[in-house]
Amino acid sequence: MADDALFEFLHMEIVALVYKEQATREDIDKERVTCVSTLDAMGFRVGQGMIERFTKDCPTFKDDLDLMKFLCKDFWSTIFKKQIDNLRTNHQGTYVLQDNKFALLTQFSSGKQYLEEAPKYLAFSCGLIRGALSNLGLESVVTAEVSLMPSCKFQVVIQKL
Amino acid sequence: QSLCVHLNYPLYIRSVPTQGELKFHYTVHTSLDVVEEKISGVGKALADQRELYLGLLYPTEDYKVYGYVTNSKVKFVIVVDSSNTSLRDNEIRSMFRKLHNSFTDVMCNPFYNPGDPIQSKAFDSIVSTMMVQAC
Repeated sequence: MADDALFEFLHMEIVALVYKEQATREDIDKERVTCVSTLDAMGFRVGQGMIERFTKDCPTFKDDLDLMKFLCKDFWSTIFKKQIDNLRTNHQGTYVLQDNKFALLTQFSSGKQYLEEAPKYLAFSCGLIRGALSNLGLESVVTAEVSLMPSCKFQVVIQKL
Repeated sequence: QSLCVHLNYPLYIRSVPTQGELKFHYTVHTSLDVVEEKISGVGKALADQRELYLGLLYPTEDYKVYGYVTNSKVKFVIVVDSSNTSLRDNEIRSMFRKLHNSFTDVMCNPFYNPGDPIQSKAFDSIVSTMMVQAC
């Protein structure tokens, strides 16, 4: 019954720990950047492992769009217990995934309060997406933005070599 | 008999009669070309040709080579003696499934860095059991 909350609480503690560790060092400017990249790297490795497990029984993906749809439906529902609400693309390698009630942000507020703290809690999930895509053969850059909680958008830009 | 896990460079190679090992390396490498061909052919071929199992890649005089590719582009190759006619398609399929399952476990192991050679003892023992069963 408390299973859903387990990951959310753990995630909050991870973010708090990473920021606390960093605060003990002197450089305030680099603090944000280092913390975000640490969380992103954690998410990356987790994403790689998870995608390996989830795609074990799936047939091969037809193309990038098929892959993104899988990410939005099956992958997202297994991790965050719901699907992505909206997927948009320009068909040229950029995708925007919108989640109107992002599981890791619902506890904060349902409006503008605590907006400036939100990016810290999105870093891990950005890494998660990046790791998942990387293991499927797609290098990407993932950024997240929040304007009204708990809704958020993840922008994925596939890097074509 | 030999088995190989590839990411365009081998992550893991194991063979039973260890004297012919170099020959196996060569066979496995050339079979990679066939695998690539099969994967890229999927787009224009039939829509239901989306299985992970690639089947018999090509028969040479001495060996039969089977391939399997995961969604994460990792390729598994099994080389079997042609004289070993007792191995049926189903058995090869289940061997690949077991391999894929143990590979997934290796991937999720926090001590494993993706792209490194596989050193997991658990993976080793699954492979050994499989090879013993097949010979």
